[in-house]
Amino acid sequence: MSTVFFVMRQALTYSIPLLIVALGGMFSERSGVVNIALEGIMVFGAFTSILFINSVQDTMSGQLLLLLALLIAGLSGILISLLHAYASINMKANQVISGTAINMLTPAVAIYVARMLQNVQQINFNNTFRIPKVSVLGDIPGLGDVLFKDAYITTYLGILILIVSTIVLYRTRFGLRLRACGEHPHAADSVGINVYKIRYAGVMISGFLAGIGGLIFVIPTSTNFNATVAGYGFLALAVLIFGQWKPMRILYASLFFGLMKTIASTYSSIPFLLNLGIPSNFFKMVPFVATLIVLAFTSKKSQGPKAAGIPYDKSLR
Amino acid sequence: MKRPDKLKETILSFLPSILAIVVGLLFGFVILLISNPGQALGGFSTIITGAFRDMRSIGRVMYFATPIVLTGLSVGFAFKTGLFNIGTPGQFIVGAFGAVLIGIKFPQLGSVHWIVALLVSIVFGALWALLPGILKAFANVHEVISSIMMNYIGMYLVNYLVQYNIYDRLRNQSMPVAKSAIIPRMGLDKIFPKSNVNAGFFVAILAVIVIYIILNKTTFGYELKAVGFNRHASKYAGINERRSIVLSMVIAGALAGLGGGLLHLAGTGKYIEVVDVLAAEGFTGIPVALLGMSNPIGILFSGLFIGFLTVGGDYLQLYDYVPEVIDIIVASIIYFSAFALIIRDVIQRRRLRLGGEKEQ
Repeated sequence: MSTVFFVMRQALTYSIPLLIVALGGMFSERSGVVNIALEGIMVFGAFTSILFINSVQDTMSGQLLLLLALLIAGLSGILISLLHAYASINMKANQVISGTAINMLTPAVAIYVARMLQNVQQINFNNTFRIPKVSVLGDIPGLGDVLFKDAYITTYLGILILIVSTIVLYRTRFGLRLRACGEHPHAADSVGINVYKIRYAGVMISGFLAGIGGLIFVIPTSTNFNATVAGYGFLALAVLIFGQWKPMRILYASLFFGLMKTIASTYSSIPFLLNLGIPSNFFKMVPFVATLIVLAFTSKKSQGPKAAGIPYDKSLR
Repeated sequence: MKRPDKLKETILSFLPSILAIVVGLLFGFVILLISNPGQALGGFSTIITGAFRDMRSIGRVMYFATPIVLTGLSVGFAFKTGLFNIGTPGQFIVGAFGAVLIGIKFPQLGSVHWIVALLVSIVFGALWALLPGILKAFANVHEVISSIMMNYIGMYLVNYLVQYNIYDRLRNQSMPVAKSAIIPRMGLDKIFPKSNVNAGFFVAILAVIVIYIILNKTTFGYELKAVGFNRHASKYAGINERRSIVLSMVIAGALAGLGGGLLHLAGTGKYIEVVDVLAAEGFTGIPVALLGMSNPIGILFSGLFIGFLTVGGDYLQLYDYVPEVIDIIVASIIYFSAFALIIRDVIQRRRLRLGGEKEQ
């Protein structure tokens, strides 16, 4: 039974960053801006916040430090996403090219700054953020084992972000306007919505969420940051598509991919999988093969936001 | 009267790229200034002139350019046919594996050994792009997502196959290929002494010419481009649009695979390392293609330009800088080249206005 709880806990650890980043991508794409830069924004958010943790961890630790680091990750994510917003909205640039540029830029910046500061590109940090057991809640059988033991506050943050995102997207005026700009910006403009502003907001929300997603991905899985988030931003894009740009479906998709990722990285501590005698490289392929298979069967009817990827040009109205 | 006009058009079409390069380089200079003001001027001039300090450096530029011209062609060819092939790292490494496998296992092939190995790298690269092509054509899976997945699958698969077939356990990499599988130097080592440039550079130029002819001079190329422009209209016009999409991806994959073969048969101590890192030369194909405006000849020059920056960046360490600043410069060049559309618009509008005044 403990193996089952262990797998579920791990799957949750891997799902939460995917969920947060994919929700970020959702805000950008539903406003009409394709954001392939999620990977690069994650790298940048993780980089600045872990650099911050690295430099203050002698005087600070625990949840307060984590919250401050999350804030820094989010703000630096916004900063980088502004590059993408400016190119895609003001300069009417090809959004895939701009995103690719950001994906190339941030790892290079992370390596450059780290090596200029401390000669090596890995930035180390002490993980003082794990909560061994939440009192009372941790004693609930089953649920307590999965959600409230060996937990991170980021798990609860992820759930909170999911709830808030759903409400914002479907129950607020802003959400309605955002969706309108992604489907038919000219119509939105004709009733007085400022398409540029809404799209900026969408991209900046995605920057914030991808930034904190980067930090949330690195903290439980490593003790140093090496200028990469291992293709997680791209997986989040796949989650976004598989989740059909809808919050609840994104949750299911990210849980699915989290489970696949867990199989890939923890098979050696799961006796049943280890006994199969399959080489480790094949386990590492699992999330990517699963993505391909799932997309092959679900993409036929897939329908993204209609105006995503098309720069809005007022003069064409 | 017509000819000079056409030349002027071509030069104008590259103007956004040139502007992007200038702004990107300036941005790099600013970074050098911020991180170490005293050395910035020396460091910057090294980036610009380092590649010209001797014949060896020029040879190194050509050596670095060879694989990335191929991956650039791969991305550029796909762009021309309406696809974004971000799967070059996977196709590159799978192609490299094919070449290295033949290079180790079949020394009896003799003088054609390296040619056969390169051909196999083409086939392997093509095969690795086949699935994204089929998924795009028949299942509506976006090629960006599927080829990113194929990158990781290819990387892990090649790691496994290397370990299983051709493993140098001590160094955690592939074994060296047979002498006969190494691409001949063809006298280039005489012109550019001590550099690693080899006949692979000629192969790259040959590929540029072939792709140029396919895209611009054949019905086949025209059909591929038409499908990229408007899939539904092409179907209506009687083009088998699914077949075209698959073929476009396969050709793009073949080019990237050849790039992998060319680099790993260069006989320069380049082996397939068993690490969980995607092949950088594959991703570099994207900036090469963008900077060359997806034009095969432009790609040749932009590949040489990135090689030129890389060689210059190597010498940066003499000035206490980290060579990654080159990656920052390249990324910012790509970022600014994304503005191409608006820059071209401005130029066009200016020319229209000037033209109007002349008539008055």
